[in-house]
Amino acid sequence: MRPFELRSMPDFGLSWLDASGPDSDIVLSTRVRLARNLQGYPFSVRAKPADRAAVLATIREVLERSGQLADAVIVEIERLSLREQRMMLERHLVSRELLGGEGETPSSSALVVSMEKPVGLMINEEDHLRLQSLTSGFSPRQTWHLVDSLDEDLGSELPYAFHHEFGHLTSCPTNCGTGLRASVLIHLPGLVLTKEIHKVLQGITQVGLTFRGLYGEGSEVVGNLFQVSNQTTLGKSEDDLIDHLGKIVGQVVEYERQARAVLLRDAPNVIEDKVWRAYGLLRHARSLAFDEMMNLLSGVRLGLSLKLLPGPSVYVLNRIMIYAQNAHLEEASAGTLSSSELDIQRAVLVRTALAEAESSTASRPE
Amino acid sequence: MLCDQCGKNEAEVHLTQIVDNEMTTVHLCPACAAEKGLDAGTVTKNLPLSDFLAQMGKAALADEEATIVGPCTYCHTTVDDFRRTGRLGCPHCYSVFETQLRAILRRIHGSTYHMGKVYVPPTSEAAERSARLAGLRRKLQRAVEAEDFERAAVIRDQIREIEAGIEG
Repeated sequence: MRPFELRSMPDFGLSWLDASGPDSDIVLSTRVRLARNLQGYPFSVRAKPADRAAVLATIREVLERSGQLADAVIVEIERLSLREQRMMLERHLVSRELLGGEGETPSSSALVVSMEKPVGLMINEEDHLRLQSLTSGFSPRQTWHLVDSLDEDLGSELPYAFHHEFGHLTSCPTNCGTGLRASVLIHLPGLVLTKEIHKVLQGITQVGLTFRGLYGEGSEVVGNLFQVSNQTTLGKSEDDLIDHLGKIVGQVVEYERQARAVLLRDAPNVIEDKVWRAYGLLRHARSLAFDEMMNLLSGVRLGLSLKLLPGPSVYVLNRIMIYAQNAHLEEASAGTLSSSELDIQRAVLVRTALAEAESSTASRPE
Repeated sequence: MLCDQCGKNEAEVHLTQIVDNEMTTVHLCPACAAEKGLDAGTVTKNLPLSDFLAQMGKAALADEEATIVGPCTYCHTTVDDFRRTGRLGCPHCYSVFETQLRAILRRIHGSTYHMGKVYVPPTSEAAERSARLAGLRRKLQRAVEAEDFERAAVIRDQIREIEAGIEG
């Protein structure tokens, strides 16, 4: 495993942005994670620094010996600057928990990401191990198989804490059993505009799924982006959990397509105007707050999907969504920025990205 | 009070809405409420997780008031620690607080039985077989309980196959 160096790997962990997956005009990404703990140590939150160091060393040794993730990069959280830590969070590669929230950076926390496949793990998060895969578009099965095969390989070398009745034992009882959480990041402007969204979200919670905002637990919904995931982890097999989520989200994607068709049928001029206004604002604004940008990106994303706009590509929008976040903007300008400076830099980044996309495609918007 | 919708069942869900500054109250039986997409249980879903767990912990502990459990002999986590943070301290806590946890797990997940892949620890083949057998026997028991005899027969055959392998 190689150590992490941001300068030499600027797009670290962002392969999912390429919008190559199924339904990627509606579903941005699919994530599956498995929570695992090692026998013989307290869970990470309660573990002393020596225990945390031993857990990290044990996992590292197994990864290196077994050749699993041999091509991977290891990010030791303690060695990152605070800004780099925030960038990892903005890329959805780590959880707040791994960074230790507001307080001091926890010791011996690490992120491992394969450079070959969209798979990796967090070490000493809430649980000793969080195996995860993040892929483009809507592909719960494929994403699950990536994590599962890593789990099979690591599990044959590492003594996991496993109970005959409760399954995999986790720090929080909401994760025990399979330890599996699968989630999709889905863009639902059609259902929001047709005011069907509450019905759909209520339906989701009634069938054992749950939804959150862009940044996971407790976060607000911005830009019509919802994260839908399974609520329970015990009492069902991994295949059942994955298939259930796949089935329900498949239906939501279908409802969203229907809602968009209704909008186009009943209010084509309103929608076209809305989409072009969003594009115009992003293309020319001199100051953009993050939430405002996300809402405008939602309009452009909808316009692309409905073929009302000739460009840019979904990939360009996905990149903007990541690189126009605060820590990324500060990294680009190599300094701390005030809130108004951030909004100005954000507008510069968006304008530049859209101008580049326009000049690189023959079909320049009029 | 009878349900406003069907007029047959007892109303148990009372929905008060304010639309255009006018307050209306509808009384519905659970069946009619469910039909309208109302679920009396959903009002609690926004509680932070730790509160939710604390509530459940209290409920579970109330049943067990007489029994003093913990702290965990390995990591010294107490019932109070768990109640406060919603987190357990180590794998051994699951044995120490087993009774309470079983109630909590049932309320979170609707089940206490792991139905997923059975983890085989990195030891000898015998350990692997026994773990698989334990898993299959539990599955068999549940299939019988669910009166799914087709599935039970398949599982029984799998158990026999592994047992035959041991004898052979």
